[in-house]
This record gives sequence, C-alpha cells and structure tokens, in this order.
Amino acid sequence: MKVTRRQFVKGGVAAFTVTFAAPEFLSDLALAQGAHTRNFVVLYFGGGNDALSMLVPYNDPFYYSRRPTIAVPAGQVLQIGTDASRVALGLHPRLTGLKQIFDQGRLALIQRTGYENQSRSHFLGADIWSTANPNDSQEFGWLGRYLDSLPSPVDPLVGWNTTSALPHVIAGRTAVPAIASPAGYSFVSPNAGAEAVAERNTALRIASHVPVDRPELAFVYGSTQAAMSTLDRVATVASYTPTLTYPNTGFGQALRAVAGAMNKGIGTKVFYVTTGGFDTHSAQSVNAVNGAYYNLMATLNDGLLAFHDDLRNQGLLDDTLVLSFSEFGRRISENGSAGTDHGAASVMLAMGGKVSGGLYGTAANLNTDPNNPTLENAAGDIHFETDFRSVYARVLDNWLGADSTRLLGGNFRKASLTFV
Amino acid sequence: MARTPDRQIEHLLRRAGFGARPDELDMYGQMSIPDAVDMLVNFEDVEDNVDSFIGKAGYVNVTTRGQFLPQANITDARQRWMFRMVHSDRPLQEKMTLFWHNHFATGYTKIAGALGAAEATRYLAAKASEDPGKVRGQIEMLRENALGNFRDILVNVAKDAAMLVWLDGRTNTKAKPQENFAREIMELFTVGVGHYTEEDVYAGARVFTGWNMQQVGNAADASRHQEFVYAAGQHETTAKTFSFPVYSNGSRTIGARAAADGMQDGMDLIDGLAANPNTARYLATKLYRFFVSEFGAVNETFVNRVGNVYLQSKYDMRAVMREVLTSPEFWDPSAYFARYSWPAEFVVRALKDIGWSGFSVNDALTPLANMGQILFEPPDVAGWRAGEDWFSTSAMLARLNFAASLAANQKFNLANAVKAANAHRSPEALLAFFTDALAAAPADASVAGELGNYLRATGAWTGTDTQVQSKSAGLVHLLAGSPEYQFI
Repeated sequence: MKVTRRQFVKGGVAAFTVTFAAPEFLSDLALAQGAHTRNFVVLYFGGGNDALSMLVPYNDPFYYSRRPTIAVPAGQVLQIGTDASRVALGLHPRLTGLKQIFDQGRLALIQRTGYENQSRSHFLGADIWSTANPNDSQEFGWLGRYLDSLPSPVDPLVGWNTTSALPHVIAGRTAVPAIASPAGYSFVSPNAGAEAVAERNTALRIASHVPVDRPELAFVYGSTQAAMSTLDRVATVASYTPTLTYPNTGFGQALRAVAGAMNKGIGTKVFYVTTGGFDTHSAQSVNAVNGAYYNLMATLNDGLLAFHDDLRNQGLLDDTLVLSFSEFGRRISENGSAGTDHGAASVMLAMGGKVSGGLYGTAANLNTDPNNPTLENAAGDIHFETDFRSVYARVLDNWLGADSTRLLGGNFRKASLTFV
Repeated sequence: MARTPDRQIEHLLRRAGFGARPDELDMYGQMSIPDAVDMLVNFEDVEDNVDSFIGKAGYVNVTTRGQFLPQANITDARQRWMFRMVHSDRPLQEKMTLFWHNHFATGYTKIAGALGAAEATRYLAAKASEDPGKVRGQIEMLRENALGNFRDILVNVAKDAAMLVWLDGRTNTKAKPQENFAREIMELFTVGVGHYTEEDVYAGARVFTGWNMQQVGNAADASRHQEFVYAAGQHETTAKTFSFPVYSNGSRTIGARAAADGMQDGMDLIDGLAANPNTARYLATKLYRFFVSEFGAVNETFVNRVGNVYLQSKYDMRAVMREVLTSPEFWDPSAYFARYSWPAEFVVRALKDIGWSGFSVNDALTPLANMGQILFEPPDVAGWRAGEDWFSTSAMLARLNFAASLAANQKFNLANAVKAANAHRSPEALLAFFTDALAAAPADASVAGELGNYLRATGAWTGTDTQVQSKSAGLVHLLAGSPEYQFI
C-alpha cells in the first residue's frame, strides 16, 4: 500500500496533540465522541469471495452446467426466498447461523455490488474497495477519511484494527491502533520495580515528542505514542468475559475482542476485522465437510453467530452494524482445478440490530449468451448492478451520521438501498 | 590509507546487509567505498561456510527440538536464515535473497496444505547438498541466483516446485487454463499493473499450459521428489497474442506450435517480459525503494539509469546492483536512514549492535510475527507491505518489546562492555557509549535530555554493577525501541 499519512504530519499535528493525558480524560473524551452510541465493524474477506457459493441461485440451470463439480446441490442450500427478479436463492449449507439471523431480519444481502471495469487484481482491487475510488487507489481509505472528519481532538482509540497490519480501508490522518490481541498489548521492561516504572515513564514522555519537518519519523512517533497511550484501556478489554464461547479461530477471537471493547465502553467507533483464504483458484471444495470453501463458511458463520448472540445478550446489538466487502467476486465457470479464477461483482453482507434484513438487488442470470446484460467479459463474470459506493454512502449517511457526498466525492446515494 | 568513516560503512551495510557486526565494521572500514562495494557484489570470492558455524560457540544460538532440520522443519529453516543474516560474510547475498523472497513471495502454509509440512519445507528451503534427491528449495535457488540474470531467475521461478503449487501452475491444462501464475508474472514479477491487459492474462495462462511437476523416484526412497516437467499433452497449441511485444522484432504474437515444442511458448514470453522496458522500470523502482530511499518521490533519474543498466547488461543483476550501490542517490546524505526497517532487518541489526552471545534466534520468531514478518510466509503473492505499513501500533509495541527482551538477555554482556570502555563513570558517558553503539537517525535534543533524566531517575549515580546492569539494559531498550532506530 503506498497511501501515506505523511500529508497529515506535514499539514499539522492535530491528532498527536492529544499526547500524554490521563486515561480518565481520554475516557471522557471517548464518551463525548459517542461511546455507547454506534459501532461499525468493517469485515474484509481477503482473496475475492465467490458470491455464487455463498448465495446460490439454485434454480438457474447455468449455475449447474457451468460448475459441474463445485455447485452446491439445490437440495442442500438453505433457502431464503426469491429476490425482486424472482430468482430463488439459498445460503451455503454451512451458514446455518446466518440463516437464523436472516430469518430474524437482521441480515441484509446486497447482490451484485461492484463497479465499472472492475479490477481483477487482488491488490488494485482491494485498494479500490478501500478508497472507494476506482480512479485513485492510493488515497486514504473511506473509513480513514470518515475518522478524519470527526471533530478534533480525536481519541486514539476511536478506531481499532484487529490485525497487526495497517489496512488501507482505515488508513487516514487518524492513526488507528492495531491491536491483534488485547492480552499481548503490553509494555515489557528488562528491569523490575522502580527501574521499570522509570523506563516506562521515559518511553511515554519521549513518545509524546513530535519531530518537526521529519514526517516519516513523526509517523513512527505517532504509532509509538498511540500504543503507549492506549495500553491501559486496552488492558481492560483483555479482562472481558463474554456471555458465550467464541470459536477458537483468528476471526472468532478478533470478534471477541471487538465485543469486549464494546462491553467495556472504551470509546471505539470503527473496528476492522478480516478473514482470509478466499482466493480459491484450485480445489475450492464447496460442499465437502472440511473442504476449502466449506471451512471458510464455517469460520465466517460460527464467528458471526457468536458475535451476534453475545451482543444480543448484552443489549449491544442495536448499536452495532457489520458490513463485509471483498476485492472481487469470482469467475462463473469453474476452472480445470475445481476452483474459480478472479471475477467481478460480488455480494456484500450487512448485519446488526437495526438492519432491515432481506435480499437487496437482483441476482445475475448465468446464461452464457455473450449479450446477457447481467454478465460481462463474454458472459464470464457477473456485471455489477449496485455501485459499491452506494452501499458505503448508506452507511455513512444513515449509520455514522456523516455526509457521504463529501466523504465519497460525489452523490452515490441509491434510494432502494434501505438496509440500514 | 585513512579509514572510511564508520558512518558511511554503516550506511552501506545497513542497506547491502543487515547492519554491521564489530568485525565487519573493522574489516570494511579499512577499505575504500569502491572496494567495499566490489567485495559485496563479488560475494562468490568469499567462502560460503556460514552454515558450518550453526551451534558453535561465539555465534547466535539456534534452538533444536531433537535434530536441527532446516530442510524439513520450517521453524528450523527460519532459524537457519536468521543465523545467516547475522553471521554470513556475504551480506549482500542474504539481502538480495530477502529481496527476491519478497518479490517472488511464496507462502509455506499453502504448500504444506498440498504436500505436507516436511515436503513444503524441502521445496522452500532445502540445500541440494543436504537433500537425498538433490532438491534445491526455492530460497536456495534465489540465494544462488541472488545477483544472477533476471531472465534466468524468471525461468527458475516458473519451474520451481513451490511456485507451481503456490500459484497453481501444476493445474494449468489446455482444457482449463489456470490464470494465477500468468497474472502474477506480469503484475508482480515483471511489468506491473497498467502494463498488461486481462486478455494478456488469459493468453499467458495458455502459454504456460503443461508447465507442471511430477514425482520421480521410488516411493520408498528418500530421494523421491517432485520436479518440473513439461507435459506436452496438456499444452494448448494455438497462437497467443499480447498487447506488448514478445519478440525483439516487435511481434506480439507467439505463433501456433506443435505440442512437443510448446514449452518454447513460455520461454518466449519470459524473454519478452524480461526485455520489456516496463520490467526495467518496475525493478529499478523497487530497488530504489529497497536500497536507496522510501522518503519522497521515486527518483526518476535513478530509475532511468538503473533501468538502462538492466536492459543493456541483458538483465544482469550484478551490474544492476553495482550501479545501485555506487549511485549518487545512494550516497546522498538525504538517503541515510531514509528507509523504514523491515522486522527481520531490525532484529538482526539489533543483534549485531547489542550482542547475540547466549541469545537464540528461535526467540526472535514470535516477536517477528508480532512485528508483521514471518519468513517463508509473506501475507500474499504481493509480498510484505513495506514502509510505514510496518509501523502499526501493535507492530511498534512488538519492536519495543523485542528490544526489551534482548536487552534483558544481554544485560551482563552490556555491563561488561560498558566497564571495559570505562563508560560507567557517569550517566553522560553511558549515554554517549550506547548512542554510538546503536547508531541511529539523529534524535532531537529533547530526546537525549529525557534519556539523561532516565539515567538519573532512581537515585544518585554510583556506577555499581547493579546500577550499570539495570541502566544499561533500560537504556538499550529505550534506544533500540526508539523511532529513530527503526530507520536504516
């Protein structure tokens, strides 16, 4: 990722001016900025999710003829009704938890999301979905821009990235701490007692320093400062006891930490969570128990169901919205390796207590006629119907209380997208 | 002859290696810069015996679980590579190997899923000399070709067993061409995004149909192994046309060929990609960011010049790297410390600066993962996201914590070194001693002030062993964990 936060350090030091302050003050600030109001969890499926295996058009004969070995049999899908174009759809059989959530009206499936001339590159594609700008994949992420639009001073825990990477979607002037594991987020010293305290105090004081005219160095100072100033609040999350057991997957444990942060009210508004392995070029194994795609669905289903139920048990579900994205969907016809290559439009999931559940948009017709308007690339890939930025616009306008036209650089609002 | 200043040697070895051990600083310091660069790029003149010191006294430790098996156990393979980074007397060879590992990023887990853990390690890290079937793992191929010919590296990569699994080349057949390798050889290995089309990807997939691997040897025999095979029966023989020239006469079409001769399709495409000026620019840009500077815009003069050396030398990476390391851009003072260190670079440099006696590289592997870098496990085929992406809060915390654990581990060695240099006489002397030992980007004056306050924080300066040990360790922790030290 080439996006930089350097403009920030060059342009001013607003976020870093909240240098070393007492945690009480930070918590007050966090409350003032909306703790216990609305949380947003952005969920990235890394590798390009095969929408046709997740949401199956099980009455389309071309689905079966084009996927002779990896199609989900019609009798096994979890039927969830028909969309506006009267296409009958079913969830992957392992998504039993998502089916429950769907039946309770808290899961929306937004079909055929994408953009014109969609990139089939993982990296360019992920950058475009992250920036919400097909023409400039190097600018800040759309959620980074949202965080930057909040009134300053911005609390250093306003965002929480559950990986140890710096995802482009939340990259902005506001440094978002990467906290893969709250328990491991601590300051270690080679000494004990008073020596260790003196060392930590020195580290804190040095970290609050802002080098002038050295933006790259200032960036690393910013990361150090953000780490040092959030240690204590993150430690409270490590003590979180959920109302149920989360699956012991990276994804499940990340969602457990997110629920802990919500439960402890530490003031975070935006969370980044990811689960990978969706680049299923070969042996996609959609149907076999413990097959590749089957396991992806198991991880997704079990993690999200635990998260949903845990939040529901604590009355936090109405404050929470989860939205998924992936860099592209996959080719309709399976390849010679019983897998699928890079494609175009895909499906997005939105889940939460205030979500108006159901099927949004219409499924593609998978007929191989090259003039089939729902497909592209000589009927090889699914053509988008809903611009992905329209989905982001709905979240910005109706959930985060922001102005989507300003943050997305244009009016992408789509009246029919009433999922939140 | 006057010694070349430490500052210059350190800059050269931070970039062309992983920092400078005291003996390296001594040796290179007696050379002129051109001689030092000569020695680095002509590394074959230096004996390649670093592996023979594994487990010997005086070197960083490895941790064994029963036998040490770097050709069959990925943890041991990682330890061996870390050991080489610390102790090899061919630093540029190790550095280029890391560069190529990132460029042709191949991940262990997918291969282990397909072939099993021991076999995956074998195809990634075995040395031919230690393998009963003479398997040369991918990293050994890259090491042997560290400054080889880029076109030859591409051919080796296309035939590499680990790569054939990683990018699914082994499933590429004429009935169902597999696009994964064809896409990445254009997008990530040669010309880069914007210089190929989707149609090129489809044509490229057909070009490489039949490039596969096969098991040779008897099932019961340890020499049994996978090796590259061109399966003519799986090759798609029709013509393939690209948006860029494949041949030196400008032709964009690889003509139809009989299946038996079809492997030449792939060789022609690799030749065309190696000769493509966009490949020259793509590599030169990447080399600029890796060896020269990550600050500011890429220097176009450098890219043009180094790109030309690449093309005129017919893709000779030794000529290219000599140009890089002698370039005015490399030696410009603005390039010093203008690169965010990678986790492996940070860890190895810290070991060289702080000390390794009694430390096992095994204890660096989890910290490295927390910093975002697991060797043989790049996040995806695009490699690691370098630059400021290494510096998330948790990654920075992991660097601070590694500095703490190494400082704790070296506490007694550090105190002994301090006393030998008579640096325990005052806090100022101690600070000067370690600021020199851990040469870092210059810090603002207030930072030195805070460090001085730290040395005086818990009582009057006495210079006793206990005080020198704890203050040395504490200070080394703060210095190696400082933002300034994260730049190389």
